[in-house]
Amino acid sequence: MTSFTINGKVIEVDVEDDTPLLWVIRDEIGLQGTKFGCGIGMCGACTVHVGGRATRSCVTPVSAVAGAEITTIEGLDPEGAHPVQTAWRELRVPQCGYCQSGQIMQAAALLQDIPEPTDDDIDAVMTGNLCRCMTYTRIREAVRDAATAMKEAASNG
Amino acid sequence: MAKLKLPPRGEATAEMTRRGFLVSMTAAGAAFGFPRAGLAAMDPAAPDGVPATPAGAVYEPSLWYAIDAEGKVNVNIIRAEMGQHVGTAIARILADELDVAWEDVSITHVDSAAKWGLMVTGGSWSVWQSWPVYRQAGAAGRMALIEAAAAKWGVAPSECTTQDSRVISGDRSVSYAELVSEGITRSFTEDELKALPLKPASELRLVGKDVTALDIANKTTGKTVYGIDAKIDGMVYAAPLLPPTRIGSTVASVDDSAAKSVKGYLQTLTLDDPSGTVPGWVMVIGETFMAAQRAADKVKVTWKAGPTATVDEAQIQDHGRALIADESKGSILDTGNSDTAPVFEAAADQISAEYTTATVLHFQLEPLNATAFQNEDGVWEIHTGNQWQSLILPSLQAALGVSADEIVMRTYMLGGGFGRRLNGDYAVPVALASKALGGKPVKMVMMRPEDVLFDSPRSSSVQALKMAFDADNTVIGMEHHATAGWPTEVMVPSFMPKGTNGEPYDPFAIAGADHWYSVGAQKVRAISNDLANTTFRPGWLRSVGPGWTNWALESFMDEAAHKLGRDPLDFRLSLLTAEGRNAGSAPNAVGGAKRQAAVLQRAAELAGWGSDLPADTGIGLATSFGQERDMPTWGACAARVKVDRATGQVTVEKLHLVVDAGIIVDPDGALAQTQGAALWGLSMALYEGTEIEAGNVRDRNLDTYTPLRMIDTPDMDVEFIESSEVPVGLGEPATTVVAPAIGNAIYNAVGVRLRHLPITPEAVLAGLKA
Repeated sequence: MTSFTINGKVIEVDVEDDTPLLWVIRDEIGLQGTKFGCGIGMCGACTVHVGGRATRSCVTPVSAVAGAEITTIEGLDPEGAHPVQTAWRELRVPQCGYCQSGQIMQAAALLQDIPEPTDDDIDAVMTGNLCRCMTYTRIREAVRDAATAMKEAASNG
Repeated sequence: MAKLKLPPRGEATAEMTRRGFLVSMTAAGAAFGFPRAGLAAMDPAAPDGVPATPAGAVYEPSLWYAIDAEGKVNVNIIRAEMGQHVGTAIARILADELDVAWEDVSITHVDSAAKWGLMVTGGSWSVWQSWPVYRQAGAAGRMALIEAAAAKWGVAPSECTTQDSRVISGDRSVSYAELVSEGITRSFTEDELKALPLKPASELRLVGKDVTALDIANKTTGKTVYGIDAKIDGMVYAAPLLPPTRIGSTVASVDDSAAKSVKGYLQTLTLDDPSGTVPGWVMVIGETFMAAQRAADKVKVTWKAGPTATVDEAQIQDHGRALIADESKGSILDTGNSDTAPVFEAAADQISAEYTTATVLHFQLEPLNATAFQNEDGVWEIHTGNQWQSLILPSLQAALGVSADEIVMRTYMLGGGFGRRLNGDYAVPVALASKALGGKPVKMVMMRPEDVLFDSPRSSSVQALKMAFDADNTVIGMEHHATAGWPTEVMVPSFMPKGTNGEPYDPFAIAGADHWYSVGAQKVRAISNDLANTTFRPGWLRSVGPGWTNWALESFMDEAAHKLGRDPLDFRLSLLTAEGRNAGSAPNAVGGAKRQAAVLQRAAELAGWGSDLPADTGIGLATSFGQERDMPTWGACAARVKVDRATGQVTVEKLHLVVDAGIIVDPDGALAQTQGAALWGLSMALYEGTEIEAGNVRDRNLDTYTPLRMIDTPDMDVEFIESSEVPVGLGEPATTVVAPAIGNAIYNAVGVRLRHLPITPEAVLAGLKA
């Protein structure tokens, strides 16, 4: 039995310790917004937050997240209105959309760590997430827009 | 598969039109429900993908859409959604003619029921083929609504207009919702349909205007349902064990004794495939995905390998060279005058060059997957994302031993297509596993190395080009000989037309070589590489043939220009004269080569062609007519690159793309497709490419296969030419201009000519040292 918190709910799963977190999230818990791409942590489609850190769930054994707080795309914002998601919609970033849960989770973590990223910061962090439709120019711009929106929200708040 | 016959392009549209109205003509006025809609189809804007049930009375002016008593219009889409926002574009076309408010429109991606006719999403055809069909369908509905209102008011239909889901006459106005709820039974004869007035381009209200595609919102919240998300009660999971060769391997022995200790392991199936799609496959079945994977690691299979187990890329390429050298091989395309021999004999001068491209993987991000079972009605259901249902259904029928009406493919969103999912072969082993388990639901998700191993990659290619000049250096003849594995020959040979010598050819593997330059006598010879065809399954990959033909052609045009000491832009423009067969024709190619000249000139202008550049920096040009001469999308690229002489590294600093695709239906969608296609072109030019080694592709995952990432993504400008001509395709054309533009830019920067894709730093360094 491994216990952890996911999107604010405490859950217990009965799977082998080395089961990748990704398949626990998708198949045991049934949250399917997190995607499987390469299985070796190199495409980023499976990115979730573990204790606020962007984490590749396909190479993270479930035993490693015992007691941790996990957030998936479904839990990023209850209304799906995180500034990153809003920017993604406004710039119409997704094409096939398959990588975008991971891109959005990666971008949200980036902006938490670096609220005012330079273009080089964005490139360096987001380059770990493959987009096979090659929506890179829009992702880059959407991260910038989300940073601006978050900064404005903070100064207005 | 031989039974499948694709109609030629124009007939495909006529068939869609006729079929679309068949329902109305044979069952006028019947209010068709949406039986089992939740299973049958998918609305990408609904949170769980389930289309809304229509309210009250329903009027179906044609098969392609229905209007309900609340005025909601649901548009049926037979095309697969894989990122091109195709349903939105098609619905906009219809909604514009119907004059319905966009807020009232939803879309449904339908299942593979026979009534929909041919289902294929590829070739950049969707908007182009749908344009006349959905316009006419929209106009018919609008006419029916006008007539109903006119009858209600006792006025002539000519006194009525429509706007935003309402019919208006003087100060009277009635909603579509009210008219439909009162009952409309109008159907149309073919003559009436042909006579329907369509809006002139100037009056289009939705087409060409900005819109957020209906599938986008769910793709930012994780709610979109892809094939990999398919869930069926009671399903078990299958992990495939793949044979050592794609074709011709047989299973010698299976030992699952070590797997029996794995919790959740059920059994191992050696597939018996009457369709011949997956010879030598073994499927390990488990209660969960992980159980199947863990057990698969412990099942020992020995195979008798097929005959191609030792084939490598060099052998395939050498075989291609031998095929080109044998003049009796291949098919000669009709280019008007292909009698080039006397021209070359009499030529004052000539130039020739060989170009090659490596094997390329699709690597669509959603790994191949499918779910199959026999439902309570005895019908086999295949749940997966697919681009060409009509192609794989006969194979699925053969595999299951059932008739066409006993099988249906359910629609899911595609986590990338790029042509991989045109070949639905991945559904066959899942259907076979379910059959072996008595129809129990089976889901297979391939791990990435297996997905890649089972890819239908873009074949490597060899091409030989030559050009003849007279004493005044005028171009008087050209030859283009191209060989590669032919996807169409392997998958759907009945679709191959015949050349002037009576030999069939794969149109998708040679398109692009039959260009719009006026070069005098012109021979285009397409040759199937049979060693490639028997080693792997050649696939259609974004743009297919033009991915290699245009690399060769546009590199060669620069080489010819430099040989003559001419400016590569001026040289091209002097050949894009729009004469004879290159003059173009209505409706699809109005203007012909003049439009190609215009986009090329514009790209050069935007890039600052001819201006001074820093050291080791160059601008290169390339142009293309897209996918096929029948549906030209005129495009040009100017690439600015900087070459590092120490490392051979090529940095692309800027891409300018100019595209003339006629009317642009969804401007932002068009931009997204062009951006994505151009970056695919860049990725294949500099970052991708694998090789066949020991009968299979060498690279199996992202540790060694390295598509473009954000950090190498250059600044990019895309411009569309304003046009009122027929809208043509946009998914692919920008792919094929980028590599030759980069190759030409490298030459202009440092004087090194590259003739192989991908371009590697090693090749650049070798050129610098030569």
